[in-house]
Amino acid sequence: MGKPTRITNTIRHLRFVRGEMTQADLASRIGVTRQTVIAIEQGRYSPSLEVAFQIARVFGVPLEEVFQYPDDQP
Amino acid sequence: MSYEERRIWAYAAVAAVVPAVYVVIMLGRLADAGAAEVSYVRPLLVAVAAGIVVNFLAGMLIGTPDRRDERDVGIFRYGTQAGYFVLAAGAAGALALTLAEAAHFWIANALYLAFILDALTSSAVKIVAYRRGF
Repeated sequence: MGKPTRITNTIRHLRFVRGEMTQADLASRIGVTRQTVIAIEQGRYSPSLEVAFQIARVFGVPLEEVFQYPDDQP
Repeated sequence: MSYEERRIWAYAAVAAVVPAVYVVIMLGRLADAGAAEVSYVRPLLVAVAAGIVVNFLAGMLIGTPDRRDERDVGIFRYGTQAGYFVLAAGAAGALALTLAEAAHFWIANALYLAFILDALTSSAVKIVAYRRGF
């Protein structure tokens, strides 16, 4: 069974500071479904590197500002 | 709920209901005849055909397909892989029945059961992946 990702993200915050960009709008910009954006925001899905870069590009920030990975070992 | 997830629920429902009807019919027939004599070919073929047709119709009735993205593709592969092991185990069981020279009734139904369990297992794994994470 797949484990939910340990990667955290700030997509919700970034959407908020970009004038409440909707999940549907973000989804259409990066070419995924709204359900996938919801799953990424909630940490239930770790996107591919390509989608991760696309998200960062939409917000105009470095990848590390969108996604973080905890230092402590699992 | 996305189209893909609704589609999986429909697939699982068909994979549960159609065989259940088939089992009820066959239990009635087995009450009158032994496994070696019972007429099972026609009901089995009807059950297989009904499963395919109802699944196809359900796919059309639940809505218009959404865009399928990388998460949908990944979950589909993940669930299909889980179902593959169940199907392989069922095929091995059918092979064992063949080697043991069991009645054709048991061999055919073991294979049908393997396909049904494959469908149910892969559906369950996909639904859990959609709901809890992947």
